[in-house]
Amino acid sequence: MAASPSGSLIHARALTKRFGGFTAVDAIDFDVAPGESFGFLGPNGAGKTSTMRMIACVSPVSAGTLRVLGMDPLADGPRIRARIGVVPQQDTLDMELTVRENLAIYGRYFDLPRPVIRQRVDELLDFVQLAERSGDRVEPLSGGMKRRLTIARSLVNEPDLLLLDEPTTGLDPQARHLLWDRLYRLKQRGVTLVLTTHYMDEAEQLCDRLVVMDKAQIVAEGSPRQLVERYSTREVLEMRFPVGVQETLDGQLDGLGDRVERLPDRVLVYTADGEAAGAEAYARGLRPEMTLVRRSSLEDVFLRLTGRSLVE
Amino acid sequence: MAAPAARVLEHELLVYRRVWRGSVFSSFLSPVLFLAAMGLGLGSLVDANAAGGGGASGSAAALTGFSYLAFLAPGLLASNAMQTAAGESTFPVMAGIVWVKSFHGMIATPIRPADVVVGKLAYVALRLLLVSAAFFVVTVLFGAVTGPTAVLAVPAALLTGLAFAAPIAAFSATQKDANGFNALFRFGVIPLFLFSGTFFPVAQLPALLQPLAYVTPLWHGVDLCRSLALGTAEPAMTLVHLAYLGTMTAVGVAAALVTFRRRLVR
Ligand SMILES: Nc1ncnc2c1ncn2[C@@H]1O[C@H](COP(=O)(O)OP(=O)(O)OP(=O)(O)O)[C@@H](O)[C@H]1O
Ligand SMILES: [Mg+2]
Repeated sequence: MAASPSGSLIHARALTKRFGGFTAVDAIDFDVAPGESFGFLGPNGAGKTSTMRMIACVSPVSAGTLRVLGMDPLADGPRIRARIGVVPQQDTLDMELTVRENLAIYGRYFDLPRPVIRQRVDELLDFVQLAERSGDRVEPLSGGMKRRLTIARSLVNEPDLLLLDEPTTGLDPQARHLLWDRLYRLKQRGVTLVLTTHYMDEAEQLCDRLVVMDKAQIVAEGSPRQLVERYSTREVLEMRFPVGVQETLDGQLDGLGDRVERLPDRVLVYTADGEAAGAEAYARGLRPEMTLVRRSSLEDVFLRLTGRSLVE
Repeated sequence: MAAPAARVLEHELLVYRRVWRGSVFSSFLSPVLFLAAMGLGLGSLVDANAAGGGGASGSAAALTGFSYLAFLAPGLLASNAMQTAAGESTFPVMAGIVWVKSFHGMIATPIRPADVVVGKLAYVALRLLLVSAAFFVVTVLFGAVTGPTAVLAVPAALLTGLAFAAPIAAFSATQKDANGFNALFRFGVIPLFLFSGTFFPVAQLPALLQPLAYVTPLWHGVDLCRSLALGTAEPAMTLVHLAYLGTMTAVGVAAALVTFRRRLVR
């Protein structure tokens, strides 16, 4: 494997993407190590897709340095693309063609010999559980099936690096879990995964390490656990009040926990001990309709870092 | 052709295998119907008129002594190449970029935008060859062909088609949606089809409009096909036609290389 200066598979310094006068990615730094599973977490418009497209060598870098597999996307685009797999945010499947044909023609784009393609297509159809649908046209397939096909397609060249832009957005829980399982298996085989998501559970499930992006910049970096430890408390007490009551609580929430966050529909109290905070609230005469004590998640990290919810 | 462009061609042919039925009417049956209705039906009137009172109408001189069917067939061959080319370089290009995004899928692999352009146009060239050859066979069956060299009209139709396909593909890659295509067909393709010498010699147009007709690309295609089919081609004019259509193709390809790249790589 070609080594970049830092030995990483992806190496970015002050990486910037501009569209006209608008800066979609603003001088971000990150490295992805071989075999690692790395995530970009962020809300709509944060610049995740713009970053992924630069890595995939289909969008020129506006400023800064980017090395992918030790090569420069500008000079070596086709050579880099030969060794990566891409699951774009929006499927680019051929609706007129069958499931099998979609995979086979993609193998041809990588100039693979037909016998090799035949064998890989069979393996991949099994891997994403689409073997029974192999002769069907793609158009009527469900969203989850199409997504699985896109993932199978991205693997046809046995990539060293797999780029997944919101792989499970819009899928039902069952389909998401199947996809997570497949991605986990790929990771076990040593494929380096880079994914974007705005689902914190997905990031927690799949990412060894992630960066939180907001407004074109990276605002935090670490493992999911590190981020929660660094930016949040162990537990969170959630309280929902009857309509109109929350606005009357000024002052009554102070000091309930390390930090109190008031969302439009509920109050979040950040504290090491949620039960105790709940009892204290009751003692103060607060009567929420609903209370819930849970562990802190990346959602809370995001809220803390940006003042906004991840999924709006 | 470089390997990556050949892969794009392979893709286009694979899709064509699925959808060819839909194109049979527009690119094959439709010109055959025109040939039957106009060439045989209307042609019998024209020819009778030319034989009877030719001096009065001047049509015998305008058709330079050939039957209307023989006159019309190569004109339809050229126009059909234009229409096929326009059809293949508008909506399918929009599909590749916007609707199906298959071109985006391609450039995520070692294939480059330039390969997409070359592969796509190679596919259009094959389609043109197919429909032109098929139509030529029909004209032979209709008895509209005068001699063996008439077969040269087929490559001439191919060039005519490419002279439209390349610039139209370049244009399509700049469009956000299909609205521009309606204008292209309404104000470009259809008027050219009607007034560039396919159905009647341009000399029959009002004197003011004639120069306009002579600079249209379709007239060059029609005249090239017709002169080759009827065996009346003169070297100088043939060279002018070839140069005109060749230049349009080359400029179109150069433009498409730019517009495809701009659109796909952002
Ligand atoms: N081709 C483009 N031209 C102009 N602006 C663009 C283009 N692509 C993206 N942008 C803008 O760049 C910003 C970042 O977009 P990007 O798609 O990278 O965000 P994202 O984090 O992937 O968001 P989402 O979660 O919605 O997919 C947005 O404001 C978007 O409008
Ligand atoms: Mg995105």
